[in-house]
Amino acid sequence: MYDGGKIIAGLAVFVLLFTFPFWYNIGNAAYTKPKLELPKDAKECVEKTEWMRAEHMQLLNEWRDEAIREGHHTYKNMVTGKVYKKSLTKTCLKCHAQKDKFCDRCHESLSVHPYCWDCHVAPKGDK
Amino acid sequence: MKSTRRKFIKIAGMSALGWSLCPALFNGSSRAAGHNEGHSEEHSGSSANAHGHGVRWAMAIDTARMTDEIMQKCIEACHSAHNVPHINNKQEIKWIWPETFHHLFPGQMNDHFHTNEFPERKALALCNHCDNPPCVRVCPTKATFKRPDGIVMMDFHRCVGCRYCMAACPYGSRSFNFADPRKYLKESERTLEFPTRTKGVVEKCLFCYERLAEGKQPYCVEVSEGTIYFGDLNDPHSDVRKVLKERYAIRRKPELGTSPCVYYLI
Repeated sequence: MYDGGKIIAGLAVFVLLFTFPFWYNIGNAAYTKPKLELPKDAKECVEKTEWMRAEHMQLLNEWRDEAIREGHHTYKNMVTGKVYKKSLTKTCLKCHAQKDKFCDRCHESLSVHPYCWDCHVAPKGDK
Repeated sequence: MKSTRRKFIKIAGMSALGWSLCPALFNGSSRAAGHNEGHSEEHSGSSANAHGHGVRWAMAIDTARMTDEIMQKCIEACHSAHNVPHINNKQEIKWIWPETFHHLFPGQMNDHFHTNEFPERKALALCNHCDNPPCVRVCPTKATFKRPDGIVMMDFHRCVGCRYCMAACPYGSRSFNFADPRKYLKESERTLEFPTRTKGVVEKCLFCYERLAEGKQPYCVEVSEGTIYFGDLNDPHSDVRKVLKERYAIRRKPELGTSPCVYYLI
């Protein structure tokens, strides 16, 4: 092998750099799911918890378009058929009254920055 | 089962018939169900429109009985309920504001015994919710659009702030957010019930669509002490129609063909 030493040294540097995120975080605490403060006086959301966790952004986008553009203001639960008003501030935030203890916890931990609150007024902890 | 050409053609014919009939039947029943669901559902139905049938919201402002205090109350009620900031310069934002007759009706001031006598009398100006709205025509993102019940609606989510609509509107009904409106709205002044806007978005009066959906009257009508009439223009028994039948009424800049739905009783 010609220039074996250089190649091996180069590979070693490459592997070291490539695995940087792994060894840099050695010793740091593992990622933990943020603890959410659930509303005390409500037992169920507009849909199941698991479904809401995965799909709430799509649901909110649909509500936004349907309520404003089509004038449909009511949402029916897919299983029980319970009817809700399609409104971020009048439905979601009526139960999840403190967004900094619910919405923001996950969003901050995952570094996503939804712009809902640029316009919609959050009840407390509003910046 | 032995299949013949004759049988195949029969089945094909019946399926084609079924396919063409079933959607029609299904649509018919779902539309009937939609009508029972309530007020707001009815407006959005495809059958409702601005000309002829369905609801067509309109307003009539009694300029003879309108006073400065009432106008101020209307403005206060509207602006505080819709998080409209108070900015005291050229970048002001207004949904409803007082205006003198010669500014409201520039082409109609040669009328010898109605407008001509009171060029300095004031009345409220707001979005006219035209039947033929130029702002809707020019909006490149369809952020502003016409609802079947006649309201010229704004979808603030979709506005990109190009301000074509402001150039197109002949009534100056639209305002642009040159800065973040929250700078001018104290936290204690904000209402949770209605969003604020953000920098770079155009806004205007929306005929209180959120209150109409709940079966209530717009804020300005509620506090106007009976000087503003509101209702369905297509319903001959509504307040607006009754008062328009009795009193002389004009609209702003009729020569432009925008067909406003805000009437001024002289």
